[in-house]
Amino acid sequence: MTAHAHAKRPNQLFRNLTAKIASIPMILIALGIFLGGSIWTVVYSFTSSRLLPRATFVGFDQFERLWASSRWIISIQNLAIYGILSLIFSMVIGFVLAALMDQKIRFENAFRTIFLYPFALSFIVTGLVWQWILNPEFGIQGIVRSLGWTSFTFDPLYNADIVIYGILIAGLWQGTGLVMCLMLAGLRGIDEDIWKAARVDGIPMWRTYLFIVIPMMRPVFITTLVIIASGIVKVYDLVVAQTSGGPGTASEVPAKYVYDYMFQAQNLGQGFAASTMMLLTVAIIIIPWAYLEFGGKKRG
Amino acid sequence: MANISTLNTAAAGFDAVSDQVATGPRGRKPRRTFSPRNIMLYGTLIVAALYYLLPLYVMVVTSLKGMPEVRMGNIFSPPMEITFEPWVKAWAEACTGLNCDGLSRGFWNSVRILIPSVVVSIAVASVSGYALANWRFKGSELFFSILIIGAFIPYQVMLYPVVIALREIGVYGTLTGLVIVHTIFGMPILTLLFRNYFASLPVELFKAARIDGAGFWQIYFRIMLPMALPIFVVAMILQVTGIWNDFLFGVVFTRPDVYPMTVQLNNIVNSVQGVKEYNVNMAATLLTGAVPLIVYFVSGRLFVRGIAAGAVKG
Repeated sequence: MTAHAHAKRPNQLFRNLTAKIASIPMILIALGIFLGGSIWTVVYSFTSSRLLPRATFVGFDQFERLWASSRWIISIQNLAIYGILSLIFSMVIGFVLAALMDQKIRFENAFRTIFLYPFALSFIVTGLVWQWILNPEFGIQGIVRSLGWTSFTFDPLYNADIVIYGILIAGLWQGTGLVMCLMLAGLRGIDEDIWKAARVDGIPMWRTYLFIVIPMMRPVFITTLVIIASGIVKVYDLVVAQTSGGPGTASEVPAKYVYDYMFQAQNLGQGFAASTMMLLTVAIIIIPWAYLEFGGKKRG
Repeated sequence: MANISTLNTAAAGFDAVSDQVATGPRGRKPRRTFSPRNIMLYGTLIVAALYYLLPLYVMVVTSLKGMPEVRMGNIFSPPMEITFEPWVKAWAEACTGLNCDGLSRGFWNSVRILIPSVVVSIAVASVSGYALANWRFKGSELFFSILIIGAFIPYQVMLYPVVIALREIGVYGTLTGLVIVHTIFGMPILTLLFRNYFASLPVELFKAARIDGAGFWQIYFRIMLPMALPIFVVAMILQVTGIWNDFLFGVVFTRPDVYPMTVQLNNIVNSVQGVKEYNVNMAATLLTGAVPLIVYFVSGRLFVRGIAAGAVKG
């Protein structure tokens, strides 16, 4: 592929000069924004910046304050509950739907279109629709009550204890179609002969899935896991649209904490510290994956 | 029990095979359409499909009712009297703050953001992807790796430095600023998309053009661009839905008078003032969702291809 690059090297700097000039935007973005911007934020999270960034370093003060803030603790708890449940449910539902879709069914395209369309919608639209469906007066609760079961209570968006599950329902509705699509692609990549061999050996279908197909789909599962997980850490619009963090601070999430402190409360230091924690979380997810995915390939 | 069901599935499998190959006895084998297995299978799929369709149905139904009917009835019942007034109101009269010119303002802002963002980001990324695939130079792969890793960094980490940069060049709060932001954050996935596509083209094509004396831009415009039309369409789908649905960048990098549609929608629906008009809210929500939905239903398989590539972005 790059044989021409290895042939002769008269002048390193001016070789492919046009290509280098054309790549300037990419280089600037990679180094200036992604690398530079992240480092800048991490560095300034150790300062006492408030309205404007100030280079007065105060050590870990901002982080201590962050972890002492009850709103941040709630945000982290919510993210943990939302994250773990949304991982489990979207994986299970996505896989089951994909397995059903893989049974040589009719109208496959129609079903796929239906399962995936929420993914085309924004989190704002998703949040607002589910806010309406979960409206205690007119939504599901109201309907069940009007059917005669007057003590029925289902008002996730107005009950601080379960509000995060209300958001989870909306998040799952939006995202499982994507998981289904990725899983279906994975299932289609499995050799037909595996199925035939399992049938000949008389292994029941569910066991074939559980003990043969799923282990074979490990890379698909890992990729999906990383995609969903790094999306979960960023969850913001959905909460803003559905509950605005309420009732009280019961449905706050870290990304909202960052935005509110940076652009509303004019407490930049807290915003930087919180976003650094988000970066750390993503790094914990990404680094092992990148190591497995890319580090392994080079060695192998 | 397990064995019997296995036999059933095995038989079903063999049926399908013999149908396709058409060896042995001719004609369709009488198959039971309503076998327990099929009822379970399609039953589950249909229930799931209804669950996914429900919110869309509720949106449409609510947006076609008048307010008295919304207050009386339940959200799932079809409208007794169809009215398009909520749609008109959402488009032209709904209020955000002091402005009462409806969502149309946000819609046109979004269009004004969308078109340059899509064009610029695809132009920049396709050239970068082409350079990475065919004109590698020392360090080019390193920059690319940083770019891809950058796609996983939460945007929140880079928001403030970008605010400062935009303020320095005097475009913070303007549409131009937002276009620059969308170009920057669209780079990783689009560059990846184009690089992979250009790398999959036969390298002889490139070599032949080189021998004939074509330069960087000549090869790009005369050979690569015409061959890459499908991937341009995929990139466009990806960017149109992504940029239209964006909320965070809109709210951070623009001022209220140039808010994109999603931000304005959120402000309309979640405003605490006045009586809540649920039918108008749902009409507004549908209007905002309409553009990506149309793109989705029209593009079909290409959309799936786009998200399969976009999935790497996370």
